[in-house]
Amino acid sequence: MPPDFRKIVFGLVIFLILVTLPLWTNLLRGTAPLEDPEISTRDVPGKDRCVREAEYMKANHMDLLNEWRETVVRDGERGFVTVDGRHFDRSLDRTCMDCHNKQEVFCDRCHNALAVSPYCWDCHIGARETKDGSTALR
Amino acid sequence: MLEKALYGDRKYWTWLAALGAVGLMGVLFYFYQFANGLTVTGLSRDVTWGFYIAQFTFLVGVAASAVMVVLPYYLHHYKAFGKMAILGEFLAISAVLMCMLFIFADMGQPFRIMNMFLHPTLHSMMFWDTIALSGYLVLNVVISRATLSAERKGLPPAGWVKPLIYLSIPWAVSIHTVTAFLYAGLAARPFWMTAILAPRFLASAFASGPSLLILLALILRRVANYDVGKEAIQKLAVIVAYAMSVNVFFVLMEIFTAAYSNIPEHLLHFEYLFFGLEGKSALVPWMWTSEILAVLTLILLINPKTRAKEGLLGLACAMVFVAIWIDKGMGMVVTGFVPSTMGLVNEYFPTLPEIGITLGIYALGALLVSLLYKIALGVRRSLV
Amino acid sequence: MDRRLFVKLTGLGALGLAARPALDLFAAAEIPAHSPLAQRRWAMVMDLRKCQEAGDCEVCIAACHQAHNVPKMDRPDEEIKWVWKESFHHTFHDQEHPYLDEQLRHGPVLVTCNHCENPPCVRVCPTQATWKRDDGIVMMDWHRCIGCRYCIVGCPYGSRSFNWQDPRKHLAEPHKDFPTRTKGVVEKCTLCEERLTRNQLPACVEACPAGALVFGDLGDPDSPVRELLKSRYTLRRKPNLGTQPQVYYIV
Repeated sequence: MPPDFRKIVFGLVIFLILVTLPLWTNLLRGTAPLEDPEISTRDVPGKDRCVREAEYMKANHMDLLNEWRETVVRDGERGFVTVDGRHFDRSLDRTCMDCHNKQEVFCDRCHNALAVSPYCWDCHIGARETKDGSTALR
Repeated sequence: MLEKALYGDRKYWTWLAALGAVGLMGVLFYFYQFANGLTVTGLSRDVTWGFYIAQFTFLVGVAASAVMVVLPYYLHHYKAFGKMAILGEFLAISAVLMCMLFIFADMGQPFRIMNMFLHPTLHSMMFWDTIALSGYLVLNVVISRATLSAERKGLPPAGWVKPLIYLSIPWAVSIHTVTAFLYAGLAARPFWMTAILAPRFLASAFASGPSLLILLALILRRVANYDVGKEAIQKLAVIVAYAMSVNVFFVLMEIFTAAYSNIPEHLLHFEYLFFGLEGKSALVPWMWTSEILAVLTLILLINPKTRAKEGLLGLACAMVFVAIWIDKGMGMVVTGFVPSTMGLVNEYFPTLPEIGITLGIYALGALLVSLLYKIALGVRRSLV
Repeated sequence: MDRRLFVKLTGLGALGLAARPALDLFAAAEIPAHSPLAQRRWAMVMDLRKCQEAGDCEVCIAACHQAHNVPKMDRPDEEIKWVWKESFHHTFHDQEHPYLDEQLRHGPVLVTCNHCENPPCVRVCPTQATWKRDDGIVMMDWHRCIGCRYCIVGCPYGSRSFNWQDPRKHLAEPHKDFPTRTKGVVEKCTLCEERLTRNQLPACVEACPAGALVFGDLGDPDSPVRELLKSRYTLRRKPNLGTQPQVYYIV
């Protein structure tokens, strides 16, 4: 047994506790259930389908949004044409949130369950519903 | 080698704990700033950089000044600096890390710091300053580690270290030059737009850094029984005397140009600094303190008799440090904003959270210096 | 090379020459590279007399700040301003003298981002979060800004504002047409680039009841801005700095 055996074991135990801390806190607090998002709650004329197919959007919407952001802000290109030739405005506020108008059940639900907090809503005004039914800022 | 930092007496651990406590206080203040934004500082529309950037600028000088021991020791084989060189390098490492913390504390969106590297921008002086500072940090870490571990084995440093040491000499000059370029290239700020800014930065760096080294050497002799030698201290004192003289000379050059040309946009800044403008004069007592200290230190340092007395020398070094800390920190940075580009005179003074964060960063720097010096001294001791 | 190959190659070359005019014909259908349209260069001319005669009018400021969710801060030293009124003294202090016309000297001057030809803010930004577009607009990417405030330090005109705290708390009624900003980023006038793409004039120009603000393309010799710059003597702020501001003042 090395001379500092006790100290070493003590240190290792503390290290293990610290490293696994997120697991324990999650167990104690419980995680939000992973439910399917509510896609849309209203019909927008002329916009019956999304800019890309649902499977792609589920997995890659963040990439598409990033690309849109770069194209609009940096290149000043706003018009977006889908593969099947439909025209859209590259806009989170005016295009995405126009159909997906319930942010709490469309965006937040999954983001909360997966514990990701995108900073979109720090600036873009999403549509969150408050208790009295009005949409409000976070 | 690093384990040397773990063996100390009660006094050593108390010292570390005290520094750690101040550092922790700084971290708590930083959380407060992070949650509320930079509104918790005294900064404003008109004065957008203040205490943090002042400390950053001052500490880049302290970091660069390691070259004043490295150059004589490695390039001219000046043996008297044998025990001093490692102290200089370790001080440089801590100073650069403090610089980086101050920049971080000053950022509005600190989590986006990687954008600096994701979108490298060759036309921004801030990009080059980042490169210069990180490079200098890496150089000093590699050099000090290689030389110290070679020393521990009783061997000369490996062959590849020499070129790195030579590289670190111009690199030290470059970090402070590029830091001066941050300011000196701005048409918007006549107070900083002067070709003498980089030379002045270097002169004040070579006065303030070695002063701090002398003070540290005097302290180490007392608390750690580690003597760098009288000759080394006296040689550094001469360097401080020359550098401080050149620094004061440069300041006078600046004042002459502004005062004699009588161009308002140059002169008004100096007027604010030394006399106040529109009844606003927060910096005036500080600046006069700095100037009086500068004159007193010149008397003490140039006179060989007073310089030779280590008690007086210590006092003079402390005074040099304070004088330059005021002049190059708040004096240099804040005055660039008063009057503003619109001619508005709005003052700035740091708030409690700003001072708390600043003290915290200095405490963390001191903590790192203590640990590194403990290692250096431990290695030296085990040789005897 | 034998004779046969020589003749073939010569023939091919001649065919190419013959085809060129035809190709030019296609090219002509597009906008030639040097036409004024392709050389869009936005600029603004402000007629100070017209503006000052309108008195305390602040319609343009309100229109801009409303359109862009610009917050109204409580503390004056934390103000966010895209377009605002300054005194002549603070705007043109290098061109002021005591015998200047009273109305001019005491009347306010409307100031905003100058969208400089050589913008110092762009030069200093370490992340290209601000840059100059081909049409001259000095743009900002609020997603990328790290909040170092170097651009504010570099701007000679005080045109940039920093969000010292969360701006949303200081917006009475934020609307969805334009994003707000977040704390810790710099913002400024973007010359309404979001309106220009929809063929709308900048909000301030559209709102001005006195017609004191004229916006247009410097690349077009017949544009109203070019007409005004030709017929009237105009000032620019701090012209000696070489930034080439694209906001011109008729005094």
